[in-house]
This record gives sequence, C-alpha cells and structure tokens, in this order.
Amino acid sequence: MQEEKPIIELKNVTKLFGNKIALDNVSLKVKKGEFITVLGPSGCGKTTLLRLIAGFHAASNGEIWMSGKEITQTPPYMRPVNTVFQNYALFPHLNVYDNIAFGLKLKKMTGKEIEKKLKSALRMVGMTDYEYRDVDSLSGGQQQRVAIARAIVNEPQVLLLDEPLAALDLKMRKDMQLELKDMHKTLGITFVYVTHDQEEALTLSDTIVVMSEGKIQQIGSPTDIYNEPQNSFVADFIGESNILNGMMVHDGLVHFCNADFECVDKGFGKNTQVDVVIRPEDLYIFPVSDVAQLVGVVQSTIFKGVHYEMTVLCDGYEILVQDYHQFGVNTEVGLLVKPFDIQIMKKERICNTFKGKLLDTSHVEFLGCTFECFPVSGIEEGAEVKVEVDFSDIILQDNEEDGMLTGEVNFILYKGDHYHLTIRSDWDEDVFVDTNDIWDDGDRVGISIPPPVVRVIKMTD
Amino acid sequence: MNRKFLLYASSRKSWALPYLIFAVIFVVVPLLLIIVYAFTNDGGHLTLENFEKFFKHQEAINTFIFSIGIAILTTLFCILLGYPAAWILSNSKLNRSKTLVILFILPMWVNILVRTLATVALFNFVSIPLGEGALIFGMVYNFIPFMIYPIYNTLQKMDRSYIDAAADLGANPMNVFLKVVLPLSMPGVMSGIMMVFMPTITTFAIAELLTLNNIKLFGTTIQENINNSMWNYGAALSLIMLLLIAATTLFNTKDNNGSNAGGGLW
Repeated sequence: MQEEKPIIELKNVTKLFGNKIALDNVSLKVKKGEFITVLGPSGCGKTTLLRLIAGFHAASNGEIWMSGKEITQTPPYMRPVNTVFQNYALFPHLNVYDNIAFGLKLKKMTGKEIEKKLKSALRMVGMTDYEYRDVDSLSGGQQQRVAIARAIVNEPQVLLLDEPLAALDLKMRKDMQLELKDMHKTLGITFVYVTHDQEEALTLSDTIVVMSEGKIQQIGSPTDIYNEPQNSFVADFIGESNILNGMMVHDGLVHFCNADFECVDKGFGKNTQVDVVIRPEDLYIFPVSDVAQLVGVVQSTIFKGVHYEMTVLCDGYEILVQDYHQFGVNTEVGLLVKPFDIQIMKKERICNTFKGKLLDTSHVEFLGCTFECFPVSGIEEGAEVKVEVDFSDIILQDNEEDGMLTGEVNFILYKGDHYHLTIRSDWDEDVFVDTNDIWDDGDRVGISIPPPVVRVIKMTD
Repeated sequence: MNRKFLLYASSRKSWALPYLIFAVIFVVVPLLLIIVYAFTNDGGHLTLENFEKFFKHQEAINTFIFSIGIAILTTLFCILLGYPAAWILSNSKLNRSKTLVILFILPMWVNILVRTLATVALFNFVSIPLGEGALIFGMVYNFIPFMIYPIYNTLQKMDRSYIDAAADLGANPMNVFLKVVLPLSMPGVMSGIMMVFMPTITTFAIAELLTLNNIKLFGTTIQENINNSMWNYGAALSLIMLLLIAATTLFNTKDNNGSNAGGGLW
C-alpha cells in the first residue's frame, strides 16, 4: 500500500526570536486525521511550533508543507487551518452568533448556509440557544466552547488547539477532554494540540511529541512514550519514574542498585553505562522472602486515593513504589520487577565534554574561563583540545562569586541516591553535575572545577 | 455637633471638600451666571429676547453653522491623519523605542498661542496666503495630538490575539482592520472626537491669528459681544454653544456604554 502523504510536514524548521532559539531544527510529520499532541514544559517552544503552523510567525529557517504544498510563506488567512486560542480571543464587540459566523461571512456565504452550519457547530459544542448572548456574559467553559465552534465551523483540514483547557477547573477539564476526543472522531479532521499537562496528552492523543528546549525529544504513541521513554527527560516528564544509573553487563542482564536484573533489552554492548527506568507501579512490594530482588526499608508512605506511594531505601538507593497494599514506615520489604518492565536507555553522555584551548602546560581555557589543570605533555600550546570532567567532580557554590563561572539550575533529575543537575552557564553552555545537595530549578550557582579532575585530551582529527 | 464635625474632618470624605469648593466657585456659579444672564435683559428682567435676537440675526447664525462646519472638517482631518499615526505608534514593530510617541506629544508642551503665532510667521515666510486653508491647517496641527493619544491608547491596550484570530479565520489585512481593529478602537476614536471637536468649536484665537480676522468663528462672536459689554447676548450665545457640546457628549457616552471606555482621557 502506498504510504499516505502527511497533512503537515515540518522540515528542519528553526525559529529565532532575536538571539534566542525557540525552535531548533525541528522536523515533524503529521498524518491526516490524527490527534497529535505537542507536550512540554513552559518555554519549550511548543506554542511557537503551533503558531508557525498557523502562520502567525515566520520560520527563520526550514520549510513547512501542508497537503503536499509548501506554505512556509503563506499568510495565516490563506492557510486551511483554524486555531483555538489559549485565551479564546473571542471578539468582544460581537455576540456569539457573529463570532462564530465571522469566518463564514468572509467567505461570502449566504445567510441560510451560515445559519445551517452555525446551528450544527453550536450543537456539536452543546451551546444551542446561546446565539445572541454577549461573549462577555459567558463563563470560561462556555467561551471555550464558542471558541471551538468558531474554529470548526470553517471546516478546516487541521484544527490547532493552544492549551485550550488550561484555564478551566479540573472537573470541567476532564469533561472537555472527553468531548474533544469525541469531536475529533465525529469530524475526522486532524487535531494538533499543545499542552503542558502530560495526563491530558496521554488521554487524548494518537501521537505525542515531547519537546524540551526547542527540540523534539521523542515522538510516539502514548504507550510508547510512557513505557519506552527514549531519554531521561521524557521518563521524568511523563508520569512518575525511578531513574537510576546502571550498567549493562551483557544482553539481557543489567546491574543496578548493587544487584543484577534480567531484562529484555539488547544491543547496548558489554559493560556499558546506561540509565534504567522503572515505573513505580511496575514494582512488586511484599514482606521479605526468597524471591525478592531487592531488600529495603520503607522510608515514607502516602495515601494517594487509589494506591499508596512508598519510598523504599535499598542499599542506599531510594526507590518509589506504588501499590494497593500499605507497608508501614520502617518495615523491611522485598521488591521485585519483571524483566519486561525494566526500560533501559543509552546514556546521552557519561561525562562533561567541552571544547577548549590549551594555554600553557598547566592552564586550559574552556567554558569561557581559564582553568588550572595537571601539567600535560605531548600537546603544543595554543592547540584546540577536548576537556573531560566527571559529573561528580564539579563543585557547586551557593555564593555565585565563589565559583569560577556562574550559571542557573535548568533541569533536576533524581537518580535514587543523588541528583543529576543540568546547569546552564551564562554563556549558554550546559554543565552536568552529580550532587547530593538539594537545589531548586532556577537557582543561581557558582561553578568551580578543581585542577586534578580536568582531563585534557588531544583532538584526534 | 462639635464631635460630628471632628468626625467628618477626620474622615476621608473631607478630602473632597477643597475640590468641591473649587468646583462651586469656578464651575457651578459661572454656569448659573451664564444661565441667569442669558434669560435676562440689561435691566435684569426675565426675557427671551437674547435668543430671539440670535435666531433673527442671519450673520450670527451663519457664523454658528460655519463654525460647526470648520469643527467637523478639522475633526475629520484629525481622524484621517491621526488614526494611521496612532496605528504606527502602537505597533511595536514600527515603534520599538516609544520615542515616536514623545515626538507626537511634544507640540503639546508648547503654548497654543505661541505655536499659532509661529505658524503665522512660517506661512508668511513661505508666502502662503492666510485664510480658510491656513485656519484648518492650524486647527488640525494644534489639536491632532488630542486625537492620536486616545486612539493610540486603545490600540495599545488591544489584545493582539484578536488580530491573530481574525487572520486565522480568513480575514485579509484589510478585513482584519475593518472588522476587528476599527470597531475595537472606536471608544478611542470617540474620545478623540470629543477632545478635538469641543475645543475647535469654541476656539477664537487661532481663527483670529491665522485668518487675519477675516473669518469669524462662533467663539469670536461671543468674545466680541462680551468685550463690547453685551453680557446678556453673549451669555445666550454661550448657552447655545454649551447645549450643542452637551449634546455631543451625550451621544458619546451612550456609545461608550459598558465597554471599558476608550482613551483614558475621558
């Protein structure tokens, strides 16, 4: 069978705002009729992506295609898409009827046609009899419905939704989610949905695009994204998870928490450092017995409604477990995880690698600063070098002035027995640090790197 | 009684007292005086003869109509020139540093008479004859900031997502303007009209200077009568003009009703 052409295709799209990169070389294909969700924390570029598709921003680089036609430069009013805005953007000077009929009137439709389409759109969103109400007199949920009706009444090929439910309360949001899903089925058009709510994304989507820092981290079905996250960002962002450092001993056997586990993953090579992801609900917890793979002591237990959430300390590693049965604090318990439930991810990096320049035998310049290092030989002065520093060797200082350079905590990942931090330096380079100290997102820190830990390596090529 | 007074003096209500006294002396009393003078004759007897005189006096009526015409024309020019200017000012792409706003408001820092005298000098220098054209130019020049500023304010405050939404629904830039931007900025335009129309209809200094006293506006007629000690007739003319302005104000407030009123000047 011939593969169906994607309805929207982004080819290496980059968007800059001044010097700031909002989208970094993003490529994406959207299939016709699909419900695709762009998911990510605020500031990850997801709204920018949507606005590029709608045509409100022009791409700095790359191409956007729709139904086989390039539309990179097409102005928004000529694109076959309609948008539901986050703040609804209903025209305050028009009533519900005129708001919804806005697009149809521009197409010079007759009054009868407009009337007919409008009625069915209002029925679809459950707002019949509201035609002549002032939009200001409607509640948030009702305005939301009018905004959706105003978009779908134009019968677009693609409906773009920019966090449409963000302003609604939880109960209303859940109802609207189901309605949107029904609407998608009935209309049969493509939905591109932007949200920061991972639960919403899992509930609604056929495909989820996880974004962070202007880049696509993973594209997949909700089950793929949840069960097989490709990197620690995705694993951490979607649902609860235990992310631990591990070692792939050989195919089918992984070592973490000082124990060996059978797993189903292959092809990582022997004795490779990996990240291990285990969802808290995939762990079995029971009184200590022979089948236990890990033995630990319950540190805390919280009732979460459906289940209990417990932290178990096993040999220095804190592990999050969810179970219907409660085990009290200080109880000794056994843990077991099935091979299929262990998700192994290749480590993106095993140490910090910087590009630098050797100034003299004991000084090297990288990250925009000069660092002392152990005397090196065999490399000429002034040569470009590779500098490696282990995660745990970098020291973070509370007082910014104590560090050789400064930065901001950008991303925090708990690894069971330590935190793995991503620090964005003031020159926009990432420094990765393992630490036992607790930092918050956005903390300003000073970074120092003592001389013995700096490894200077000759550039090979 | 004494305690009551103290209580009042220490309450926040008492803060309004100075303004109340000011308003009574300089607004209410003069208005009452105008009404009293308009309906009495030299001898102080109640009469309507001042109004009769006006409606029989063809020249005065002509001046009145001419003044309204000039005011309407000035206002129209101010809208036509001021709206695009306000649009440019409110557009952050075209006006990154807000300095343009200052440049447009700057003429308001100079006294209106000084500006008009300078205009006269300038017209003489490039030998453009003074007259009706010069008058309208002078009026537009003097009053256009009052049109730009309220429109600029409403455009500035307008949520840009309305423009996005309109474009998204298939409106080309022309339709976006006509169907969304213009209706949403109407409160600002109305404020601007009030700010320009009212002073232009009552002005006389600009007319005197820029037409070498050849064209008489209604303001001039009033001023002449009062200068010639015809207080009662002058008061009647003032009252007629007041009613006209009051009428336009009513029209304006009715239009603004409910919406979060326009330019911030009214």
